[in-house]
Amino acid sequence: MDIKGKSVKLHDMCLRDGMHAKRHQISIEQMVAVATALDGAGVPLIEVTHGDGLGGSSINYGFPMHSDEEYLNAVVPKMKAAGISALLIPGIGTVEHLHMAKDCGVTTIRVATHCTEADVSEQHIAESAKLGLDTVGFLMMAHMVSPEELLEQARLMVAYGSNVIYCTDSAGYMLPDDVSARIGALRAGIDANIEIGFHGHHNMALGIANSLAAIAAGADRIDGSVAGLGAGAGNTPLEILVAVLDRMGVACGVDVFKIMNVAEDIVTPMMDQPIRVDRDSLILGYAGVYSSFLLHAKRAGEKYNVSSSDILVELGRRKTIGGQEDMIEDVALNLRESARAGASQ
Amino acid sequence: MPVNAALIGSGNIGTDLMVKALRSAHINPVWMVGIDADSDGLKRAAAAGLKTTDLGVDGLLPHIATDNIQMAFDATSAYVHAENAAKLNAQGVLMIDLTPAAIGPYCVPPVNLAEHVGKQEMNVNMVTCGGQATIPMVAAVSRIQAVDYAEIIATVASKSAGPGTRKNIDEFTRTTAGAVEQIGGAAKGKAIIILNPAEPPLIMRDTIHCLTRETPDEAAITQSVHAMIAEVQKYVPGYRLKNGPVFDGQRVSIFLEVEGLGDYLPNYAGNLDIMTAAALRTGEMFAEQIVDGSLTLQAVSA
Repeated sequence: MDIKGKSVKLHDMCLRDGMHAKRHQISIEQMVAVATALDGAGVPLIEVTHGDGLGGSSINYGFPMHSDEEYLNAVVPKMKAAGISALLIPGIGTVEHLHMAKDCGVTTIRVATHCTEADVSEQHIAESAKLGLDTVGFLMMAHMVSPEELLEQARLMVAYGSNVIYCTDSAGYMLPDDVSARIGALRAGIDANIEIGFHGHHNMALGIANSLAAIAAGADRIDGSVAGLGAGAGNTPLEILVAVLDRMGVACGVDVFKIMNVAEDIVTPMMDQPIRVDRDSLILGYAGVYSSFLLHAKRAGEKYNVSSSDILVELGRRKTIGGQEDMIEDVALNLRESARAGASQ
Repeated sequence: MPVNAALIGSGNIGTDLMVKALRSAHINPVWMVGIDADSDGLKRAAAAGLKTTDLGVDGLLPHIATDNIQMAFDATSAYVHAENAAKLNAQGVLMIDLTPAAIGPYCVPPVNLAEHVGKQEMNVNMVTCGGQATIPMVAAVSRIQAVDYAEIIATVASKSAGPGTRKNIDEFTRTTAGAVEQIGGAAKGKAIIILNPAEPPLIMRDTIHCLTRETPDEAAITQSVHAMIAEVQKYVPGYRLKNGPVFDGQRVSIFLEVEGLGDYLPNYAGNLDIMTAAALRTGEMFAEQIVDGSLTLQAVSA
């Protein structure tokens, strides 16, 4: 693969997607320490929000240690060069949350919908663009549709005002060819002034390979997470991606050794559990299940004495999508019921 | 003697409502108002013998007096409801609002329909489909003991969410959360909506989480929840408990499924049914009052 001479913008996820892996319990001090170190290493864009985006604070997704507003107000003023982004999932967050984030000084709003539901994002994308923010349309679970269908949805988001479109592999299901096909279709079908991005999960250990495939197919932005801190088996590990890009001659503006230090010295010690491809996260990738379900399924499995792997497989069979965390307890209760019925026969 | 009514909006909700209204003993659907002559809803309305216009509410206004239209159900969108309501209220037409505009007071029939009796209201709001499905459950808990926080998650099939719902997604979350507090009785409310495109389409699912102030009285809450489900089943037979109530510390969680009658969209679209059935039940209550003279409609100047 020859991608020498290309340049990409890297976007760190460990303070947003990483919130899933930390059960949304990252302290203000940790947020500031990580963001400051990433800024110092040259990471141009850092996402800071509840794992499920602005307004994600809930029983369903988890109550965070601090509000989005508190996190953003603590982090934004500390940045020297990096921009801060916030995620917004329509149906969870609203335009009011968007205004709050803008007032806190975010440079970028990423409006996320399931890959077939772009038309719920019109209010939010239009408002973000009107406010002059870098406005990303973020199409989640993109493995569930064909490249052509993804392009059709992306065009809606561009029409609403997005200047960046993301192909988001929320389940870590895609193989490199899947990524090439989708990024290729987006790049070929959307005006050249609109950037294309890729967000990967490492559930099949393909975060790096898929990101490289995306760059080769024309992606301008790539999401990663220092030390992989993110949902499921984590996001594309950013320090590894930076090292690989350096070897391949792709410019990203991030210092290889500094980002390694952030991963090793700051983020890894914060982890509640190792971020790795274990059986459950491999099932996420293999079966195409939303990565954030992982810890919820493990907890429900323990609580109801059923297998977390069985829960995840059933969620995949039911074709659940991002945001349906409420179905995890529902499935666990059903599995317990069938186990009891089986035992009494 | 039924009251003559107009149905505004020929989309999924308006068309489903028409099918139900045609069965009503108290409501006589006379007009269907749309903005697209080719819409399936207007064609079905014409075939069912209703008068139709594709000129919006303006196409209906000249016929209000001659056709003695006393009630209108607005199933358009939050953005246009205010204008529709002003025009129709000015002619003394009572508005049942099925959009999340929420200009008038909220109505969730099994919880507060009786409170709307004798108020001389000219506009009542039906909250949202997710609100109609979940607020009875919040109320079932809060009538037993104080609820500090209630959160609802409504998941509907993508095919059952029309363009109005999609453009109004913030209005959905805002209006539902407001009614979870005001009608459900929670000190603080939150609403989440998810559109799932799975094929075959999934039946509407609703999850209700309440945080009670004191330790929940499990027996009393369970009994209250089952009693409330029976109330809702009187007008939405496919309203079913799937799991729960689950008690976990102060948390009470209820997992529901809402299957529709398949009047317009197939059975999966319980979100349509719970909205249209609730609106029709509300309309019927007002119709009885109009007929017995306890409610006198008055023109409201805009």
